[in-house]
Order: sequence, then C-alpha cells, then structure tokens
Amino acid sequence: MLALLLSFIIGGVFILLIGKDPFVVYAMFFSQTMGSWYGIGQVLFKATPLIFTGLSAAISFRAGLFNIGAEGQLIIGSFLVAMVGCTFSSLPSFLLIPCALLAGALGGALWGAIPGFLKAKFGAHEVINTIMMNFVAAGVISYLVTNVYSVPATVHTPQITASAELLRLDVFASAFHGSPVNVSLFIALAACGGVYYLLWRTRFGYELRAIGLNPIAAEYGGISIARRTVLTLALAGALAGLVGGNFVLGYKHYYELGFSEGIGFIGIAVALLARNHPIGIVLASIFFGILEYGSLTINTMVPKELSNILQAIVILFMITLTKFLSRWTTHLQECIVQDSNV
Amino acid sequence: MMFSINMQHISKRFGNLRANDGVNFSVQQGEIHALVGENGAGKSTLMNILYGIHQPDEGSILLNENLVKLETPARAISFGIGMVHQHFMLIPSLTVTENIILGNELTSMLGFINSSEAERTIEQLSDRYRLPVNPRARVESLSVGQQQRVELLKLLYRNAEILILDEPTPVLTPQEVEELFHTLNNFKSMGKTVILITHKLSEVMAISNSVTVMRRGKVVTRVDTVSTSQIELARLMVGHDVEFRTVKTSPPSSMPVLVVEGVSAQSDRHLPAVRNLSLSIAGGEILGIAAIEGNGQSELIQVITGLRKPTAGKVVIKGQEYLSSRHHPPVSHIPEDRGKQGLVLDFTISENLILGRHQEKNFSGLFRLFNEKVESNAKQLIQVYDIRPPTKHLRVRNLSGGNQQKVIIARELSKNAPVIVANHPTRGLDIWAIEFVHSSLLRERTNGKAILLVSSDLEELLKLSDRIAVMYEGEIVTIVEAKNTTERELGIYMTGAVKRGA
Ligand SMILES: Nc1ncnc2c1ncn2[C@@H]1O[C@H](COP(=O)(O)OP(=O)(O)O)[C@@H](O)[C@H]1O
Ligand SMILES: [Mg+2]
Repeated sequence: MLALLLSFIIGGVFILLIGKDPFVVYAMFFSQTMGSWYGIGQVLFKATPLIFTGLSAAISFRAGLFNIGAEGQLIIGSFLVAMVGCTFSSLPSFLLIPCALLAGALGGALWGAIPGFLKAKFGAHEVINTIMMNFVAAGVISYLVTNVYSVPATVHTPQITASAELLRLDVFASAFHGSPVNVSLFIALAACGGVYYLLWRTRFGYELRAIGLNPIAAEYGGISIARRTVLTLALAGALAGLVGGNFVLGYKHYYELGFSEGIGFIGIAVALLARNHPIGIVLASIFFGILEYGSLTINTMVPKELSNILQAIVILFMITLTKFLSRWTTHLQECIVQDSNV
Repeated sequence: MMFSINMQHISKRFGNLRANDGVNFSVQQGEIHALVGENGAGKSTLMNILYGIHQPDEGSILLNENLVKLETPARAISFGIGMVHQHFMLIPSLTVTENIILGNELTSMLGFINSSEAERTIEQLSDRYRLPVNPRARVESLSVGQQQRVELLKLLYRNAEILILDEPTPVLTPQEVEELFHTLNNFKSMGKTVILITHKLSEVMAISNSVTVMRRGKVVTRVDTVSTSQIELARLMVGHDVEFRTVKTSPPSSMPVLVVEGVSAQSDRHLPAVRNLSLSIAGGEILGIAAIEGNGQSELIQVITGLRKPTAGKVVIKGQEYLSSRHHPPVSHIPEDRGKQGLVLDFTISENLILGRHQEKNFSGLFRLFNEKVESNAKQLIQVYDIRPPTKHLRVRNLSGGNQQKVIIARELSKNAPVIVANHPTRGLDIWAIEFVHSSLLRERTNGKAILLVSSDLEELLKLSDRIAVMYEGEIVTIVEAKNTTERELGIYMTGAVKRGA
C-alpha cells in the first residue's frame, strides 16, 4: 500500500510537470478500471495472459531457473493455436478447442524444452538460451505470418472457425458487455490450481522445489537435476503457450504479429511480486491488469510515455518493498523461534 | 598480581541472546592461557571484543592496568593484540608476503609496495620463531599447517605481544599440532602472551599455564592448569558429570557387507583422486578412515554412495554390484557439509526428513506425494530422535547445528540400509550432540550395519572404529586395529612418511 501511495505521489508530480491536474487523471484511472463491469472485464482480460506467464516464470524460479523465454514460448504457442483453429474446421467445438490449446501448450513446451536440454546437456546458461529462443520464435513466426499464412495486406493469420472460439463472459453475465474477457480466464485459474497441486502435492513438485532451494542437497538425495530442468522448462513453456487461448480463441480469433507487447516479460515481474505463489499470481496479475488497462484509459489525457513511466515506477516500488517486507517478516519469525528455544 | 589483560564485567548481546554475560577474564603476561567451553559458550565473542571486532555492551578492558577502548582491530593491533580466527583469513591467490603485509604495506615514495624489504623482515621473523615458510609461495599451494604459520607470522609482523588463537587445532594433523605447541612455547619463552581457544581438554593439559572455563556466556572458573584435571574441566564445561557411555559391544560378524574392489576415481578437476583402492567392511563393523583433507576420502565416499562414477573397479553391497550412478546404492549417507549437502535449509523438517527417500513407495506414487505419510513419518522421527523444537513445519534453517544433524541422522538411519557412510559426522557439534551421534552409530553397529566413518578427529576414530584405514594420495597406506594404535602412529601414516610395507 505504501508503495502504491508513494508511486502515485511521484506520478502526480510528473503529471503536474506536464501541466495536468493529477486528481482528474487519477479519478479517470480508477473510474475507468474499477468503476464499471466493463472496466473490470477489460482488466480481467488483461490479467488472464499474465496469470499464464506469471505461473510460467514462477515454476521456473521455484526450480532455480531464470526463464526469460515466456515471450518466445507464447508466440509459438499462440501461433499454433491459431493454425489448428483455422485448419481443422470440421471438428466440433468440444474437440477443436482442446486440440488447439493442446497444440499451443505443446509448442510452448517444445520452445521451453530446447533451452532446458541445452542447459542440462551442455551447461549453457538458460538466460542466454531462452533469450535466443525468443529471437528465433519472433523471426520464424513473423516470416510465416507475413509470407505464408497471412491474409493479404494484414499481419495476421486467417480467422479461426467459429467452432474454435471461446465464449466471452458477457454471454453469461451481460454486465460485462463489450469487454473481451472470456472463458480462458477460468482456464488460467484452473492452471493456478494445477500449479499449486503440482508444487506441493506431487513428487515432481517436491523435487523441483528441492532443486531450486539447494541443488547439491537435491543431488545427494538422488534427484537427477538434468532431467528435472528439461521438464520444468517444458512445463513453463506449456503454460506460456496457453496464452493463445485468451487472445486468439477468445478475442481476435486470429494470430496477429506483435499482439503480446511483452506479456512474457511482465510475467517475470508478476512472479516476483507474487513471490512465486499461485494465489499471489492471480492477485498480482489483476494488479498489473489494472495498471495496463488504466494507462490505456488515461492515454487521452497524458502521453503514453508517462503512463509507461508510472507503470514502471509502481513495479519498482512494489517489488523492492515486498522484498523488504519479506526479509523483515522472516527476521521476526526467527526471533520468535529463538525465544521459544531458550 | 600483574595482569597484562584484564577484562571486567563484559556483557554482549546479540538480539535476545546473551553471548557474554558479566564476564571477567584475565591473563598474565608471558603465560599460555587456555579458554575452553562448548560450542556457543561465547569464547569467540569474548575474543572478538578483545580484538576490537565487537564492542561490549557493558564492561571495561584494562591493558597493563590502563583502561583502553578498542573500537577497531587496527586499534587493538596498535596495543599489540593479534588474533588468528577460527577460519583463516588469507587470500589464496596471493603470495605469503602479500598476505602478510596486506593492510600494513610498506610503501616507497611513489606509493609502490616495497615487497623485497617486507620479504626480508618475514624471513628474519620466520628464522627467529622457527616458522619455516617460503615468503614467495602462493597461499593456495600451502598445507593447512603452513597457512597457520602464515597467520602467525602476520601477527608477529605487526609486532603483536598478545596472540589469540581461536580453535587452531581441529584442522591440523597430530604432528602439526605438536609443532604448533612448540612454537607457542617459543613465544612464551620470548615473553609473549598466548590465549588459546580450544575444546580439546587434552590440549589444555598439555600446554597451558592457566585455564578459563566458559559456559553459556558466563565464566565458570579460572584455575591454574596444574591444580585441575581433564575430568574436572569436562564437568565444569557442561555443568554436570559427563558419562561417556559409548562402549562397543558385540564383535563384528565375518560376512563382508560392503566390498570396494580396485576402485579408481577422479576429482572434480579431473585429477586422479582414488587409486586402485580396495576395502571391505563386515556387518557390525566400523571402519574408520584417517586422512588429511584432500587425499581422496571424499571421492571414495562419493563413489560408494553413487554420486561419482569410478573410472575403474566396483562397489558390491551384500553381493550385488552397484556401478552406474543411475542406480542408487542402499547406503545411508551422513554427508560432510550439513547445510550444503545434507539438508535443504528452507524446507521444513518434514520435507527434509524424506529427502532421498521421497521416491519410496510409502511416500509417493509415480506422480503424487502422500503428504499424510510425510507428516506421520516426521512426527515419528522427531519423537524417536528427539529433534527440538518438535515442530514439523519449522524450516530447518532455524534449528541449531546439533538438531540439524539429528534430522539428517534420523532420515538416513530410518532408510535401514545395510551400509552407513558417515563423513565428519560430529564436526562443529557440542558435546551432547557428539554423544548422540556416537551412540547412534554404535547402535547401528550392534544392529549389524557396515559403517564407514571418515573423520579428522582421531580421538573419535579411535573411540568408535574397529579398524582404521589410513589414506594418503588416494591409496590406503595401512589398515590397523583401532585398539592397537595411537593418534601419533596414525599421524605418521597420514603424512605419507611411511608407505605400506616400508
Ligand atoms: N555476530 C553474531 N550475531 C548473532 N549471534 C552471534 C554472533 N556471533 C555469535 N553469536 C552467537 O553467540 C553465541 C556465542 O557464540 P561464540 O562466541 O561464537 O561461541 P564459541 O566461540 O564459544 O563457540 C552463539 O549462540 C552464537 O550463535
Ligand atoms: Mg568459536
């Protein structure tokens, strides 16, 4: 809260500097994001892909891996989602949608497994590997979309068939009318539950966390780090690949170049803010959703650059402050434990 | 009486912990004074105060009857106080001379370090105090004993009159200990004052003139060494009679349980570390391995526990061969470094109690982890092994060293494997925890397990082992019956001075 307040004050100073009234701008920001069901729908739509990429970053972090590759993984995944969606038009919805999502997950998984394999086999650092894989993904898909599969004069693929579309939530709750929030929000929440279960209720999750916290002790405990590394990054990639459900199946109904705008990278911030906990990730994603959609709404009043600056400041403050708080609370815990020992 | 050091009513707190509580500590000029106490008694803290690293919350320090304030080590050095820490503070990649003059450089007019002059001084000092060491050698190429000489020379170079040595002996071979004591006696005869921290009472009796015993931050007593005994000191240190119950019973059976045949292995740096080594351990037998750090004992253990692939040879347990690192051999392993190898410090006690056992059918299926089983296992082991505090969900990081070791022992012994490998199992533990580890190992011996024990504490090896193998440069130099040997004899073999059959 303190972090938020601080960053709003600093933001206010910036807004004053360009000659606008900060209170008017902030009023706009809040009323547009949280003042209506439409705004909330927009925020949730923005939050959905962040849940996926946040989870993707979080399970990598939990295994001690710094996976910067969500961006590439989600590009590949979403493209495959779109391709399956427009190719197998004869399949009924209940088969086509899962197939499309599965293709996305597999594509992302492959894109994660490759750097994982390079790390496990040759010790090449995953930060470099995943960044390179981002470039490769962006290049390959950009070539395919512009030269092979595009609708002429656009930078997007053909429309998916109607039976592959995911329902928007305004079908169930008309209050959301007009906002693109769709069923993939529920898929994202299910993924959160799945990751939670994986981390704390399965053998693999136990091993993954052990590796992340102390790889040497894990190895002494008979855990093969190499194999777990590949599997972890593949899973992280699969989660990132599912982003396509939201944008392709749920909103535009085609794959468009550059749609992601760095969702993969923001996922890292989401995971950090949430301290790699699935429930925290939902909250952090909503928070980032508010920031993103909110800064769109005030675009008319302040330059886009300024709202980007504001976003960055908020992220910086939140992350440093939560770090600080967590250190403080663990310190407190340790004091209590020591007391009870005496 | 004239005391060259007189610390009065010193108190020091760390948070809620009273590391020193109204401590009076005095040393006469020209004596060797031993400071003893269990781990955590506050010995290092007291000496860090004398060396200006910590500031006391209360109390005063008199040097030669003058009240002084020691705000920094530099200030302490200016009063002639020098300290060798428990862990050496040398920079491995620098030479002996560079290490010694670090922070005290003689510089020429232009600011260049005048090292040839320093070298000459160091050579003079090492002649005078009989501390032979090559001033141009890099510290990383020196043995631990030689590094200690460098630390001592560093103090002499700074004209220290009062030398504090914090637990200098555990890392040394018996011969090196003897040499060190020789040097300390030298210092004494030249009028210097020595404070020696240790918790080996035999050393206290051997070298000191007087002793201060600390327990839980307080001084229990200060006596002249001639008027006390080891048994009395042990009682004062722990606060009640120490009963050394660990007595070996039952002779080993004759069936070999662990057989190592012609094993060779490389170190992490791909140098030969174990050379064509064979040994066998019977059920109900403890085989001790005595060796100076870095003679292949760690690599041998890694081969036996399946963590390192040998380049040749085989490991046979109960008639079955274990070679590849895929198959984990049935070995309980108490590793050398608790925090690094034995535990995930940020896991809870429950989670740590299944590490390495988590793949057993009790604890997990192909996919799921059976949390109820994990918890009930923890509840049981915490009770049986008296782990404190008995809180399953506490992170192991928050436990004391002794209790962390209990977690490892509980986990490893509950595997019920036929072979137990214990690597420095009591390093850094206090007397009670050591007793616990010893009696656990002896109980397993009675249960017919084959036990391999590596330790740098020869007393421990002699007390627990049936036979002791001495390793030198990757080979077994000799195997002796524990009851027919002495620390001295082992020490001679450990330095490689005598080869097998010589
Ligand atoms: N810098 C420190 N911060 C907090 N606690 C400390 C610090 N140094 C020592 N202690 C605690 O003070 C107590 C005494 O430690 P120490 O003087 O190192 O004992 P000894 O040298 O006798 O083994 C221990 O419980 C130790 O954990
Ligand atoms: Mg100490």
